[in-house]
Amino acid sequence: MSDRNDVAARPPLSAILFDLRSVIGLLFVVYGVVLTILGIIGETPDELAKAGGLALNLWTGLAMLLGGVIFYVWAFMKPPMPPQPDEVAEVAEDGPPHKGH
Amino acid sequence: MVVLAQTDLRLDANALDYVLVAFYFVLVLGIGLVARRSISTSLDFLLSGRSLPAWVTGLAFISANLGAIELIGMTANGAQYGIPTAHYYWIGAVPAMVFLGIVMMPFYYGSKARSVPEFLYLRFNRTTQRVQAVVFALASLLIAGVNLFALGLVLEALLGWPQSVAIPVAALVVLSYTFLGGLSAAIYNEVLQFFVILALLIPVTLAGLARVGGYSGLVEKITAGPNGAEALSAWPGSTLTEIANPFLSVFGIVFGLGFVLSFGYWTTNFAEVQRALSAKNMNSGRMTPIIGAFPKTLVPLVIVIPGMVAGVLIPQLVTVKAGGASDVTYNNALSLLMKEVLPNGVLGVAIAGLLAAFMAGMAANISSFNTVFTYDIWQDWVRPGREDGYYLRVGRAVTVGGCVIAIFTAYLAGSFSNLMDYIQALASFFNAPLFAIFIFGLFYKKLSGTGGWTGLLSGVASAVIVDILVRVGVFAISSQAGSFLGASAAFIVGCVVAFTVSQFTPSKTDAELSGLTWATSNKEQRGQGAVAAADAGWYKNPVIMGTLVLVLTLVLYIIWW
Repeated sequence: MSDRNDVAARPPLSAILFDLRSVIGLLFVVYGVVLTILGIIGETPDELAKAGGLALNLWTGLAMLLGGVIFYVWAFMKPPMPPQPDEVAEVAEDGPPHKGH
Repeated sequence: MVVLAQTDLRLDANALDYVLVAFYFVLVLGIGLVARRSISTSLDFLLSGRSLPAWVTGLAFISANLGAIELIGMTANGAQYGIPTAHYYWIGAVPAMVFLGIVMMPFYYGSKARSVPEFLYLRFNRTTQRVQAVVFALASLLIAGVNLFALGLVLEALLGWPQSVAIPVAALVVLSYTFLGGLSAAIYNEVLQFFVILALLIPVTLAGLARVGGYSGLVEKITAGPNGAEALSAWPGSTLTEIANPFLSVFGIVFGLGFVLSFGYWTTNFAEVQRALSAKNMNSGRMTPIIGAFPKTLVPLVIVIPGMVAGVLIPQLVTVKAGGASDVTYNNALSLLMKEVLPNGVLGVAIAGLLAAFMAGMAANISSFNTVFTYDIWQDWVRPGREDGYYLRVGRAVTVGGCVIAIFTAYLAGSFSNLMDYIQALASFFNAPLFAIFIFGLFYKKLSGTGGWTGLLSGVASAVIVDILVRVGVFAISSQAGSFLGASAAFIVGCVVAFTVSQFTPSKTDAELSGLTWATSNKEQRGQGAVAAADAGWYKNPVIMGTLVLVLTLVLYIIWW
């Protein structure tokens, strides 16, 4: 952790892109795009009947796409902050005080 | 002689479905690699450096429990019993989670203990820590094996992979990300898994409901079927408890499930508590189980309802419900429904969700096992006093060893199917006496170290005895009522023995117990002190949010009274 940023500074783009929220966003956007395309090029009458008439790929795809975008927006609006020095110091490395053996 | 047509369980997955599943696995391993960058100490590896935000630990708290055995078992219960299944989610989880967050977490997190056994050392003594550490480590490995075996069964039935391939491959995936990224990777993947599992459950529920004519259509069909009325209301839940007397059935649910079993599991099981201990500060630690409680109250809507849909939509299950012979069981409910209602595409997402659920369960077992083994068994007992890098290496080695042993216990579980049931029952027995000495030790400062471990062991012994008596038929009650009775006996015997032994053995001084019991802690240590500026706001207040989720649970109970 030699490259600790100033607390007020914006974290680097890589920190945002590797944040958990971006990873979830990536999964949902990719799944969303694939399912939406599947839904648009058309579900066969058989497939529609399977889901009781719901265009399941299309709706699931759109919902996942929206969810993925929300995760990305959240990651960019509230980027992960590098830990502050006093917080790091507070973390004990060897557990609680050991009162004898 | 009637020949039954063989039911085809195989899902019709196509190449696109497999691509979606493969993409999920790439991300899972990628998370392991990314998490690896932040690991430099054993605490980073085994407790995520106590750095995670509350929403992450809160969702992981739920996800660690939302394993595949849970998904398959609870949709099966939904198909068989209907709405009463929701007791496992509502009274059987939410009050305990809120109690953990509001009352117990200040003591856990404030003690800086790195595991539940280590907390037992601080409150009681070394023997109590070691008894609990050894039993927990063994139970984790056995249950990881059970999870793995269940995964092998499902992959074989649904995708046609032979078990001898599926079991090692799944173990290798879990191993690679927990080995690389430690608890952070396990927790990050649990959060990812939570959303993928929802992406499995929500479409299945919506499509299933569309097929039976909406919720009103479902109600109509269930009412017409066997036990129709009982399946649509939560109380008294006689079909679930198999206790005919309505009063005793309600008592069994409230005291047996809602108090002893639920508090035992949610407040002392380290696989759960570990998620809260890895939160970045005390308030996030307290919010962890409470944030987790919100999805916990809502998730039965997409687990129990699809189960109920499967029970009226899938012809083979309709036959089973009517008491006829069929080659499927209720445990096939979820996969049969997926096959019945999901088109290719969503099906791939759903398969990824199912695999995610399996890995969630096993990764939770492995990541809590390696913490307890490294800290409680290795550092505090076998090889104390080495430098931290040594324990980081031990943690990594134990992760590998744990996965290898889990593969063997998976094959063991496969060879003796009764053994598998018994292991799960035994593991659940251990929670009740642990909770007994925990809660007793919290409010009674004179409970001594010797009282702690004797209470623990006698509680387990009494649960095992009750279980054996039920199995051989001395007590003529159902296995469900038997588990309520066994857990209650363990709780009461554990308390009585711990109390009696404490009268004759010395307890710790008030100074040694500072912040570890109610009487020897101040307001700050009990979490009743002033709120830090960063934690201001009602949505970060454990008491307000805990009350809200209890009200939400009550509303759901009123809807499905």
